[in-house]
Amino acid sequence: MALLEVNDLSIHFGGVKAVQNVSFSIDAGMVYAVIGPNGAGKTTLFNLITGVYKPTSGEIRLDGESIGGKSPNELATRGVARTFQNLQICMNMSAIENVMVGAHLRLDRNLLKAALRWPSIARRDAELRLEAAELMRFVGLEAFLDSRADSMPYGALKRLEIARALAMKPRLIFLDEPAAGLNPKETIEVDELVRKVADSGVTVVLVEHDMKMVMNLSERILVLDYGRKLAEGTGAEVRQNPDVIAAYLGVQA
Amino acid sequence: MTKNPYFGLFIVIAILLVLPFIVPNSFYLDLVIRMAINAVIVLGLNLLIGFAGQISLGHAGFLGIGAYATAVLPTHFGWHPVLAVMAGAAAAGLLAAIVARPIFKLKGHYLAMATLGLGIIINITLRNEAAWTGGPDGMPVLPMALLGVELSSDKHWYWVVALLLSVSVWASLNLINSPFGRALRALHGSEVASQVVGVDVVRYKVAIFVLSAVFASLMGSVTAHYVGFVTPNLADFFHSIELVTMVVIGGMASVYGSLVGAVLLTALPQALATFEGWETVAFGAILMLCMIFMPKGLVPTLAARFGKAN
Repeated sequence: MALLEVNDLSIHFGGVKAVQNVSFSIDAGMVYAVIGPNGAGKTTLFNLITGVYKPTSGEIRLDGESIGGKSPNELATRGVARTFQNLQICMNMSAIENVMVGAHLRLDRNLLKAALRWPSIARRDAELRLEAAELMRFVGLEAFLDSRADSMPYGALKRLEIARALAMKPRLIFLDEPAAGLNPKETIEVDELVRKVADSGVTVVLVEHDMKMVMNLSERILVLDYGRKLAEGTGAEVRQNPDVIAAYLGVQA
Repeated sequence: MTKNPYFGLFIVIAILLVLPFIVPNSFYLDLVIRMAINAVIVLGLNLLIGFAGQISLGHAGFLGIGAYATAVLPTHFGWHPVLAVMAGAAAAGLLAAIVARPIFKLKGHYLAMATLGLGIIINITLRNEAAWTGGPDGMPVLPMALLGVELSSDKHWYWVVALLLSVSVWASLNLINSPFGRALRALHGSEVASQVVGVDVVRYKVAIFVLSAVFASLMGSVTAHYVGFVTPNLADFFHSIELVTMVVIGGMASVYGSLVGAVLLTALPQALATFEGWETVAFGAILMLCMIFMPKGLVPTLAARFGKAN
């Protein structure tokens, strides 16, 4: 059975049909890419699946269980993680604390015990700090272990988001344009990082404009245009699809 | 943050231990006690405003609940004072929890308006229920005895308040460096990011609102006992604003900033008394200058400057 199944999913904002009748499914362990021109509905699709928006109609199933319309924090409990196209880093915190927040659900969040500095909480937090430092090394941020988030360069913050998402120990991770705004060298590094994440057993769903990266990484690709599914298949299939060529090159169909 | 945040706690405790022996007279002891009471309230309020990023313009209302519980329950119903303090804190916490859910669906100006309204309602209730509360004139508070010792002198209250302040500083430091505190700061930094990692944002806002209301109520009770008399002014709008100002001047999201803000703004009106009639103008001018030149508040600004010099 597929890990994620999307059936006939739509969302309308007033008269704007941002996503229309989109269906696809993703198997566990896969790297799956969603591509399409600007405004095609890629980020909206992510927002729907990760609970930021509630679908107008259609169905989303994770492991067979319907998750459509559930809130982001409920989805987090089911192992769904994501990063954001426009960074969502907590600039009021240090880099490592941002990663530690990712482990929120795996911790004892009791207020009273926290205020009394309960030994088990302090111990677990010390362990978590080591774990978070390990994750920062994994994404290549070992130079920023003691940094404040607001002092870090853009490229590093993109990876920090990935580290935070990984701290959730997710089953499924949505990466919204992880290479956007990065230089070619950084893009290659992120490419390698996404590969490493996939190899660690996490199913990856990727929105990305960098076609080289998409073709290099993903086993299957979903092409969106004006909120509709234009094509779906392997890289080679999608590349030869006349509709896709028309949408990307603007050829009159 | 390589420096141990608990280092400041030892300084605070050291100062609190020495202070009663070096204050020249009872006027200053009284001032120090009021500073410390405000400091505890501001600590709680800073958790809400500075760390979680949620405004409350009605916090004096919770102070009023604690103060009047302490005055009304023993006087009219013969409750034990300690029980009355706990009942006040429970009532403030319960009220905060009930109103918090709808209130925290609001943001920005709307949240400010809603909390403002809550504070005003509490204040009006205290003014109008004259049969119980003495109305605008207020009412006396029966003295309290702890472990057989009647807490009557300023010295007694000093030690009670000093203990409460030390514990509050310790608990605040613990809280902000815990999973709970990180979630609070994260929802301030990015609400959507904290949601997608599993933070139940509304629950956390409610929890910290309730906690800060309980802080305020407890200190309202202490104020009532210490002064021996309560009036509705304790719960009025201007007092709420004063508390928020202490948070902002001292430094948002700074534990020690809360202390500095409370100490300075409690002392400032006394220091400005020499201006005779112009003290409110001088007070306002000082606040404005602080905000223009140190918008992050005193302690964070000075910490950043000092940090760079190192």
